[in-house]
Amino acid sequence: MTSGRMQLMPEPKLIFDKSRPGRIGCNVPRCDTPEVDMSAVVGETRDDLHLPEIAELDLLRHFTNLSQINFGIETGFYPLGSCTMKYNPKINEQTARLAGFANLHPMQPVETIPGALEILNGVQEMLCEITGFSTITLQPLAGAHGEMTCLMLVKAYHESIGQANRTIVLVPDSAHGTNPASAARCGYSVKSIPTDAAGNTDLAYLEQTLAEIGSDVAALMLTNPSTLGLFEPNIEKICKMVHEAGGQVFCDGANMNAMVGTTRPGDHGFDCMHLNLHKTFSTPHGGGGPGCGAIGLQSHLEPFLPAPVIRSTGDKVVADYDRPKTIGRVSGFYGQFLMEVRAYTYLRAFGKEHIADISRYSVLNANYVRERLKDVLPPAHDRPCMHECILTAEKYKKEHGVRALDISKRLMDYGFHPPTNYFPLIVPECFMIEPTETESKETLDEFCDALITICQEAIDTPDVLHDAPSTRVVGRLDETLAVKNLDVRWWPKS
Amino acid sequence: MSNIPSDLKYTKSHEWVRVDGDVATIGITDFAQSELGDVVYVELPTVGKMLAVGDTFGSVESVKTVSDLYAPVPGEILEVNQDLVSASENVNTDPYGNGWMVKIRLTASVPTDLLNADDYGAVAV
Amino acid sequence: MPYVPHTELDTQEMLAVIGAKSIDELFREIPANLRVAPGALNLPPALDEQRLMAHLTEIASKNIDCTKMTCFLGAGIYDRYVPATVGAVISRGEFLTAYTPYQPEASQGYLQTIYEFQTMISELYGMDLANASMYDGATSMAEAAIMATGIKNVDRVVVSDAVHPHYREVLATYCWSIGVEVVTTPSIDGVTKDWNADGSACIIVQYPNFFGCIEDLAAARKAADEAGALLVVVADPVACALLRSPGSLGADVVVGEGQPMGIAMGLGGPVVGLFATKKEFVRHIPGRIVGKTKEAHGDRPGYVMTLRTREQDIRREKATSNICTNEALMALAATVYMIALGKNGMTQVATSSVRNTQYAISALTSVGAKVKFGGKVFGEFVLSLPKNATVVRDAMIAKGFLAGLPLGGYYEGMENDLLVAVTEIRTKAQIDAFAAAMKEVLA
Repeated sequence: MTSGRMQLMPEPKLIFDKSRPGRIGCNVPRCDTPEVDMSAVVGETRDDLHLPEIAELDLLRHFTNLSQINFGIETGFYPLGSCTMKYNPKINEQTARLAGFANLHPMQPVETIPGALEILNGVQEMLCEITGFSTITLQPLAGAHGEMTCLMLVKAYHESIGQANRTIVLVPDSAHGTNPASAARCGYSVKSIPTDAAGNTDLAYLEQTLAEIGSDVAALMLTNPSTLGLFEPNIEKICKMVHEAGGQVFCDGANMNAMVGTTRPGDHGFDCMHLNLHKTFSTPHGGGGPGCGAIGLQSHLEPFLPAPVIRSTGDKVVADYDRPKTIGRVSGFYGQFLMEVRAYTYLRAFGKEHIADISRYSVLNANYVRERLKDVLPPAHDRPCMHECILTAEKYKKEHGVRALDISKRLMDYGFHPPTNYFPLIVPECFMIEPTETESKETLDEFCDALITICQEAIDTPDVLHDAPSTRVVGRLDETLAVKNLDVRWWPKS
Repeated sequence: MSNIPSDLKYTKSHEWVRVDGDVATIGITDFAQSELGDVVYVELPTVGKMLAVGDTFGSVESVKTVSDLYAPVPGEILEVNQDLVSASENVNTDPYGNGWMVKIRLTASVPTDLLNADDYGAVAV
Repeated sequence: MPYVPHTELDTQEMLAVIGAKSIDELFREIPANLRVAPGALNLPPALDEQRLMAHLTEIASKNIDCTKMTCFLGAGIYDRYVPATVGAVISRGEFLTAYTPYQPEASQGYLQTIYEFQTMISELYGMDLANASMYDGATSMAEAAIMATGIKNVDRVVVSDAVHPHYREVLATYCWSIGVEVVTTPSIDGVTKDWNADGSACIIVQYPNFFGCIEDLAAARKAADEAGALLVVVADPVACALLRSPGSLGADVVVGEGQPMGIAMGLGGPVVGLFATKKEFVRHIPGRIVGKTKEAHGDRPGYVMTLRTREQDIRREKATSNICTNEALMALAATVYMIALGKNGMTQVATSSVRNTQYAISALTSVGAKVKFGGKVFGEFVLSLPKNATVVRDAMIAKGFLAGLPLGGYYEGMENDLLVAVTEIRTKAQIDAFAAAMKEVLA
């Protein structure tokens, strides 16, 4: 039900409906070389291209207006669990646009890019120190890409020691979907390990599984802190158990924000991990990407790294292509270079003195939110949380027919972006709230006050929640219709 | 309370079976369709495919979930319900009637551990 | 503390509410032997914003970038015109700092731009539909090959050696990992004729190919049909503004690299993978896709991510791909580009590239170089030199030109061959100067 101010706003028009023949939206480079007979030179040319024809000012208005019906971190609080929606510093945008970085061609000779190699190596070295791994590579282009690359390294490692029979990957039932999907991409089959009532990996079940099929296990993939926002207190024991069975242990580093400067996954016993630089290290999410999927690994996996390996020889940084055991390239060039420039800038802003602030204040903020909300939204576990808290709205569903989704939709009417719902799958009607360290106490108080009010609305006037949001440009959308009448593009009228 | 016809057999994975001579008709139960929500797509096998008990023979999709379909009986796919291509909602509105999914020609006897309506009723909660 | 707003007072008040005496107490579940003390990590000292900018500027100045050299290097990443509006739009905080549009009511702005992106990529490629982006051209191609093996139920793919060598390396890695055989078919005189496609899920051809030659897609379609395989085309979207679209010539899947459309070269990252296909394959495609619908209880149209059950968060190990994060912001840059240039502008960019390329060919062939292959080219070609191409390339850098890509490291017997690209932003004067410098180097 769209009401109030939004009803007066005209429906946004597609750019194609604004197109007028002969218009152009930029000042195209003029060509001063001789004309040629196009079809003689390139063969048959097309006459069926339908792209918009829009004037430059109209183009800008189109996008400016669309931006105003889109919510970003700069619009307001955006507490998506495990996404780490922290402030994306503007200085990073400036350094990434320096001509000496932005105008580099990936296939120009390495002798001409010593500054780029310095950035790549600098990020690698700082991340090694922060994560406790002996090597970092920046070639993967996103988190899932990094997960897959880690598993490829594990696969190559097992093949090299005559253990290619290991075809099973163990994944907790609380894991992010990219974990089993990445395992499948490496030809592995996936077996689920349950989480116990305290929110930890079920040690007895793991022990039993390793006893039964340990010689077929290639790896255990663990998120630490878990997707429940809890630190795995048995982590050293778990890594030891899996190593004794001959498997490798992979750390899903999505929740690295809770650990930066306070603890290091490389010290926990993990063999490799993936990082999301677009979460922990502030590179912007951009509406769903670019990501930046650095991975860390211990030395036994190094021989298999994608080439080229960027490393320091002491006096300079080289791109080493002499990698006889490499798994090969996982992406076209060096990785998300301009994102690495942003991450480098971010890490140099923190330095030795401040790096621990990231974990310390993100954990403080999450525990504060948990405490302020615990009477209306009970935490799923009676333990301090790390950088995110999992709260459940189950009692509202049972007693008032109001679901976590309804509460989230109502939060939008109060000007907040909702937290994550329904992940991890093992907590019913859950909210996964990750404030991050860049939020002030007032913002957290405003958010908690709004949620407390909404939870009371759930009891007094539940229909307001069922109809929410009512102050956005659209109300809830018909997602069934979206699939049944699949419409994924505009078509020109022929 | 979901509808569980007494003349059918059931599986723990929420398929129903109607046996007529050596042909078994299979679909998903009323409980299953209500758990799924609006069915938007049904992936069905090709005619002639051979299946053992427990083999996946397709999947049923709603907006937010996909569930695999498991063969409750062994045999060869004789016919698939083509109407579901344009009318997947039949699975929701008439799961035991025109929401049927496949017909299988039995190549061995029907397994004895299929559930009757009462036993399935204990599962479908 | 950079970007962290807490004052000492804030911290005390918050700890009091939580009931903890210190922040350290909140970490009590981490075993003591795994704790790192604040300040203990061996990192360089913190820099304030002023010094940060100075430091990064200094590092950047060590690189010889393409504002200091005239760029004639292509090979998948192109130095093209980027309209000023692109940067203005993608730096808007509402786009730059948004997350994936999982809550459509708060994300209609982005969702609509993605629908527009999907439309225009489909148009350029001549296909029914396109997804919301992939990581890059190389991984997009690898995903298309794997998708084909799933559709055809056959674990073998064929790729021409006239496809970008880095793309073929990524394909090899992805296929090794999942157990698919990759067969490389050799090109002859710069184009692919024999496909050896029997028993393959797909054949993969690049258009224009890595050498700049325009492959015969109709012949490739025939070869694919004879083998019962899918035709996967890796296509330059800018070239597709002028040439017959791959879709019109029978492609089943079209993938490519969107960087030439409004994205800085940036040492090759971030860029944007393109993925388009036929309606019948939509349930097999990797990545996100946005669809148009209407309100559940109203009349307004709206956009939403759809066909979500293919994706990893729902389908897990049976997902069509493990991809989650894509290149949304770069896709937005390409969207602004495609709209700003539009039908007229993109055609102009393409024809200017052809004109500049032909002019460069005549200029360079008159100073002692030869065009290696006989076929038609769009905006790139292979130049055969009387000397080692790497030596020539290095000498040209000293003269202020990034002359092209020496091919000896990628193809046996091509040590004297140089891949040269001439985009629409090159001028007659630059090309003349390039030829003059080349003449000196070749003497």
